[in-house]
Amino acid sequence: MARLLDVLREELKLTGTKEGCGEGECGACTVLIDGQIVNSCLVPVAQIEGSNIKTIEGVAQESNLHAVQQAFIDHGGAQCGICTPGMVLAAINLLDRNPTPSESEIRTGLAGNLCRCTGYMKIFESIVKACQSNR
Amino acid sequence: MRAYIPGYELVTPTSLNDALKLIAEPGWKPFAGGTDLMVLLESGKLEPRRYINIWPLDELRGIEATPDSITLGALTTYTDVQANQILRKEFPMLCQAASETGGLAIQNRGTIGGNIANASPAADTTPALLAYDAEIELRSKDDSRWLPYQGFHTGYKQMLLRPDELLTRIRLPRNKSGWTHYFRKVGTRKAQAISKVCFSAVAHVHDDRVVDTRLVFGSVAPVVMRCVNVENELRDRVINTDLIKSAGQILRKEIAPIDDIRSSAPYRLQVALNLLTDFLSNLGSQPKH
Repeated sequence: MARLLDVLREELKLTGTKEGCGEGECGACTVLIDGQIVNSCLVPVAQIEGSNIKTIEGVAQESNLHAVQQAFIDHGGAQCGICTPGMVLAAINLLDRNPTPSESEIRTGLAGNLCRCTGYMKIFESIVKACQSNR
Repeated sequence: MRAYIPGYELVTPTSLNDALKLIAEPGWKPFAGGTDLMVLLESGKLEPRRYINIWPLDELRGIEATPDSITLGALTTYTDVQANQILRKEFPMLCQAASETGGLAIQNRGTIGGNIANASPAADTTPALLAYDAEIELRSKDDSRWLPYQGFHTGYKQMLLRPDELLTRIRLPRNKSGWTHYFRKVGTRKAQAISKVCFSAVAHVHDDRVVDTRLVFGSVAPVVMRCVNVENELRDRVINTDLIKSAGQILRKEIAPIDDIRSSAPYRLQVALNLLTDFLSNLGSQPKH
């Protein structure tokens, strides 16, 4: 048995996906499986056969950052950076499902992603700005 | 301590029948969404053994409705539950419990069958399943049986599931329309928290008289617990302050909360009493489903 997180980081060298708690509490290891966010620390790699996995490395189109990534830079949504890949993927997934979320919907969409630096307000603000720039 | 990963084998069967043949042999255990088992693995507490990867088995997915009941495949996720229109309309406590379990990433992988078979007294969807009179299907290589979910958990982490059986389906009778539905989870925060106390209750009230009710608490006993003695006290009685008080006195004797890392016994007891009082005090004025 191997964890998807370890295969991504150690075998595929995709180290953008971070390990935080290792028990599905913090969301640092968030990736998308077939368009759904998951904690990759809780997914045995045997369960992803035939699935489409998207990590933070697959978000930017060459040198063009996704609107959410750019908003995190412009509005101070990232500090130490450990939670950021997971936050960005959770935010993009939220906006894919709901392009104009309310503040409450943003909080619910990111409730499984913990940040110990920003206090969240800069992150929420970044997502609001990313919605506006998408319009 | 990290687990020694090569001590674990995870095999993917090609069909439900293949999975049932494997589980009939000694030493195999099912492995579904992994939201509980992988945590144990990571902390070195998962027993090294052979696991059957049932996650890809489509036979264990899907939500089917008949006029009398709705049947969920055991691999129905918390996200699937919240997206189903019939469940949202007729079984709102199950949907609310699903929405308050973990966060979205957990809800995308965690399954209702797993929530039952993991047998935690702090599970959040199982109080709702008990309150809705769920039945569960257990299948083995040679036979299958339906059991009432009530009574399935016989003690802490103990249940009426044979080693050669797989929990395959959950059936909910569609007979609670017009009842009041009440769900509250009390934890340290709304998402990603395990319950200190969880309460699922339904009641059919006519002219302020309790015709019938189900009262189920999580995290206050070795199993998720239907409080039958309190239900009997309430049945066929008119709701008033005296009745609410006597129901609370019976509840004190019926539940057995403990001190643990999440909460204390006195706090849990007080919260359980408050939730029961809140439910009963508002009977009649709650939205009907």
